[in-house]
Amino acid sequence: MSRQFTPKVVTANALLEGDAVWLTEDDRWTRDIAEAELIEDEAHAQIRLIDAQSRKAEVVGAYLADAKAGTAGPEPVHFREAFRTRGPSNYAHGKQEHASRP
Amino acid sequence: MYQYTDFDEAFVRTRVAQFRGQVERRIDGSLTEDEFKPLRLMNGLYLQLHAYMLRVAIPYGTINPGQMRQLAMIAERWDRGYGHFTTRQNIQFNWPKLKDVPDILDALADVQMHAIQTSGNTIRNVTADHFAGAAADEIEDPRPYAELLRQWSTDHPEFQFLPRKFKIAVTGSPNDRAVTKSHDIGLRMVRNAAGTPGFEVIVGGGLGRTPMIGKVVRDFLPVEDLLPYCEAIVSVWNLLGRRDNKYKARIKITVHEHGIEEISRLVEERFATLKAAFGGADQALLANIRAAFAPPVFAERPTDGFEAARLANPAFAAWADVNLAPHKAPGHAIVTISLKKHGATPGDATADQMRAMADLAERYGYGELRISHEQNVILPHVHKADLPEVYARLRAADLATANVGLVSDIIACPGMDYCALATARSIPIAQEIAERFEALKIEHEVGPLKIKISGCINACGHHHVGHIGILGLDRAGVENYQVTLGGDHTEDAVVGEKTGPGFSADEITGAIERIVFAYLDLREGPEETFLQAYRRVGMQPFKAALYEKDRADAA
Repeated sequence: MSRQFTPKVVTANALLEGDAVWLTEDDRWTRDIAEAELIEDEAHAQIRLIDAQSRKAEVVGAYLADAKAGTAGPEPVHFREAFRTRGPSNYAHGKQEHASRP
Repeated sequence: MYQYTDFDEAFVRTRVAQFRGQVERRIDGSLTEDEFKPLRLMNGLYLQLHAYMLRVAIPYGTINPGQMRQLAMIAERWDRGYGHFTTRQNIQFNWPKLKDVPDILDALADVQMHAIQTSGNTIRNVTADHFAGAAADEIEDPRPYAELLRQWSTDHPEFQFLPRKFKIAVTGSPNDRAVTKSHDIGLRMVRNAAGTPGFEVIVGGGLGRTPMIGKVVRDFLPVEDLLPYCEAIVSVWNLLGRRDNKYKARIKITVHEHGIEEISRLVEERFATLKAAFGGADQALLANIRAAFAPPVFAERPTDGFEAARLANPAFAAWADVNLAPHKAPGHAIVTISLKKHGATPGDATADQMRAMADLAERYGYGELRISHEQNVILPHVHKADLPEVYARLRAADLATANVGLVSDIIACPGMDYCALATARSIPIAQEIAERFEALKIEHEVGPLKIKISGCINACGHHHVGHIGILGLDRAGVENYQVTLGGDHTEDAVVGEKTGPGFSADEITGAIERIVFAYLDLREGPEETFLQAYRRVGMQPFKAALYEKDRADAA
């Protein structure tokens, strides 16, 4: 029996900047995970991943990451994915520099 | 130091031009990532957690003031105003944009630097004793041999598609500061019965998920046989090494699987063929390289100012006690500049600090700088009379932390703050431990103690050979830190022993504190170091100190 599917987002690194991006429902790459499409269905997740991986001139290394519904939109589940939404902990560099939300 | 020949210059420039074209084709979509990735890795460009990362080679850790200033310029112009010095004597820039990387490589080529073979399944940057050419205990400067190895290994046609990466370290001193026993090939200079210098050749060392202490494959290798012998080792492994499983591909596994006797037999057989094939061309090259590493003419003048400053300024005396090492020339000292200010990121230097160190090297250090695998910067030759002024200028640049070799002089890999492979963070743990011991004001009392932290099993932070090693893991979605004790990175290399269950990020600093206090309680006196005490009493007392709280809570 296969494991129960948990909600996912499609994420990757942007080709030019290298920073973390997430795929939105309307096929944009966003820098804010809250704007990402939260995928609840496994078959749909696989199709969205194939779509993402075909966009070779925009992103690198697309994959499905666990996510959960939050008040403002999808939120990361694993700490690695949480770090990708912020940046490093030793300097206020990366996404946290421009974050409008806490 | 070594200056590029026309050949070197043309090679590096050609490679930059090629990579410029490859980046353009990647950006315009004519190359896929699968096609581009091996090309970028050949030029030291990684894609990490938040950005690209460019790893620049600092061959055998030697760098001049002009190069250091260029790194500062690159940090400011194309990165975030700082660079990260690594445990392999490289520097990493954490925030370059893909389109800027060819310009960065051109700027590096302007000062005879490059990022070639800092990644990929090739022979990587050859590392060396960071006190090379200066240490009082040195038999011979190992850097001419390291440079010879660099020229031989760069773009070596047989060794561009090895089973896995391959790392060589060289030391010219019997006291090993280059961690030679943890390298694929370690070269430790020794003298034979006749007093002639040669190399003890160690093979099959490595850290990572299967830590192994290297084995001696040749007790004494005449220096003139260095290249054919190394080529024999790499070529034997290139054929035997397992390409079916990347975790079993390193030479340490090959040596383990086939046994050192069989490897030795194959290497000697291959060496017999290769020695004839080299035909002495390497020796002509070595003679030229040697001339480039001639030591400076060391000034002979009184050192009175040094002693007076020691007596007058306790802060200077404390710094001099731990940050200086004995120099081979009278009146001189080796200065280690700590990049481990309490609470700062181990190995990071700002562009301003790089320029300050370049200025100091130029003015007081015969124009020489070194990078250590312990992530500090060395002024290898400073006259003792100049030390008070050097110290004052280091203070002004926020670089005068007096902690070399102490608890807070921690090696830490970038960990999950930057690295895509990491399973946990390293930097915040190093920061917190350093700040804790600074608050306790006991690190000078504790004395020599090496803490080494890796954020994953690949062990870039050398945790296996730390007196106290810390390995960050992901345990069911939570950062967890496993502790090892008794590791040693020197010529007596030992892999540390696990204490038991790991600790959470909140608990790990307290755990390290309990280990250190246990040591202070049980040592026979201040002259017994942590490592000596551990070897005397073993794991048990430390284990008790580490886990007693847990037991008390459970009771």
